[in-house]
Amino acid sequence: MDTQDKQDPQDSQEPQEPQEPQGSQDARPVLEGPDIARVLTRIAHEIVERAKGADDVVLLGIPTRGVFLGRRLAAKLEQITDRKIPVGSLDITMYRDDLRMHPPRALARTEIPGDGIDGKLVVLVDDVLFSGRTIRAALDALNDIGRPRAVQLAVLVDRGHRELPIRADYVGKNLPTSLRETVKVQLAEEDGRDTVLLGVRQTAPGAQH
Amino acid sequence: MQRHLISAADLTRDDAVHVLDTAEEMARVADRPIKKLPTLRGRTIVNLFFEDSTRTRISFEAAEKRLSADVINFTAKGSSVSKGESLKDTAQTLEAMGVDAVVIRHGASGAPYRLATSGWIDAAVINAGDGTHQHPTQALLDAFTMRRRLVGRDAGLGQDLSGRRITLVGDVLHSRVARSNVDLLHTLGAQVTLVAPPTLVPVGVETWPCEVSYDLDSTLPKSDAVMMLRVQRERMNAAFFPTEREYSRRYGLDGERMARMPEHAIVMHPGPMVRGMEITAEVADSDRCTVVEQVTNGVSIRMAVLYLLLGGNEPAVAHARTTEEK
Repeated sequence: MDTQDKQDPQDSQEPQEPQEPQGSQDARPVLEGPDIARVLTRIAHEIVERAKGADDVVLLGIPTRGVFLGRRLAAKLEQITDRKIPVGSLDITMYRDDLRMHPPRALARTEIPGDGIDGKLVVLVDDVLFSGRTIRAALDALNDIGRPRAVQLAVLVDRGHRELPIRADYVGKNLPTSLRETVKVQLAEEDGRDTVLLGVRQTAPGAQH
Repeated sequence: MQRHLISAADLTRDDAVHVLDTAEEMARVADRPIKKLPTLRGRTIVNLFFEDSTRTRISFEAAEKRLSADVINFTAKGSSVSKGESLKDTAQTLEAMGVDAVVIRHGASGAPYRLATSGWIDAAVINAGDGTHQHPTQALLDAFTMRRRLVGRDAGLGQDLSGRRITLVGDVLHSRVARSNVDLLHTLGAQVTLVAPPTLVPVGVETWPCEVSYDLDSTLPKSDAVMMLRVQRERMNAAFFPTEREYSRRYGLDGERMARMPEHAIVMHPGPMVRGMEITAEVADSDRCTVVEQVTNGVSIRMAVLYLLLGGNEPAVAHARTTEEK
């Protein structure tokens, strides 16, 4: 459900594409388990490189799958730096700009590591970067929690179609897509396997809500 | 969830658990430096209180403000206009001001229902206590407190209260808290026992989903939570029981009685407490007494209810659309 949200964060504001009944049910994998592991290792190294040692890095995953990616990244960072990396989660539901367009959504957990985020380098972690509205909401949410030294963004997949001036600092894979396509991230913690699937939207936008 | 919250009996088990789970996340906002969420920005909520209240009104107000709603407090104390007319006039005034939700406390049972179903207003109606009928947010916060204490904060997520034995003691006759709790706790799978002198047990109680006992001492060892209800002193000139001392001796909770409860069992009270009457100071000040916790939890529960009723599409639109789709 969460990936669905990320796929159409603002369905009604997307250009209306003609809806042809699509035959090909099966989505095509674009990243498999080992690819995802390699990509996360690379991002971890990039974080250490850019943060010059990752002394003050705090990883905050955006539920649901961003949280799992955040924890995996933290594990990799700990291997590299040999230090404990604070990792938590940031639920953005209450900060969404499309709350009034859907029935109220279930809330997820916000868990800020003990030392807080004041003066730290916060790296937001999410699975798919699409319209950028989730990240805008996350920045608003951070604002109510503290004042980080800087905020960076790590995503597994950047599928384009930004609707806000937002970009990722660390990208697992750039995936040029059309709006009719869907990107679905599956992770072992939630879905039993690691994969990124590229499919074609079956239903009219918003119909699943 | 439905558009209004009138009675605890309207909630399904899944609705109720969803409210409790949402409240668990809302509770975390209280630990943050900025205890505010932007979720209900631009929504106007009226607290319409026809009857005295401190904690419920303040609790609702705190919840509304934490969710960034615009709050209007309306205290209609001393209104002498007959009930139906005054309520209608007030409702139409509120409608004209464009409110999104009305939190109503009224001395007459059924006033919130009338407000919600009469077609006078489009706003969502939340019952904050009506006569001797219902007080659903109180029941929700009580259930929330029980789940936290008896099941655990994180372990409780998604869980109900199945198999828990809850005892409500005291003035059941005049208590909307008791009625709401019986309904909600039954929905959540708990076994409820009412303990009261026969004169304070309402007619028709045999149709309620609970047991009734006149003997507190035999019920205490079989209780996971004991909720003491306030003895409504203002009504005690009627002959419900011979003397306050006798009531206190038979139905009051003191340290000795508390010791007979199981180790893990908690003592609850919706407040305001009358120390020395239904509860002694020793019990009220003990660690097992959750009165203060219940007040804190009340804000989280009311935030959850407000979010679930008002956080989505415009209520009226949402209502029309969901009925069409189904």
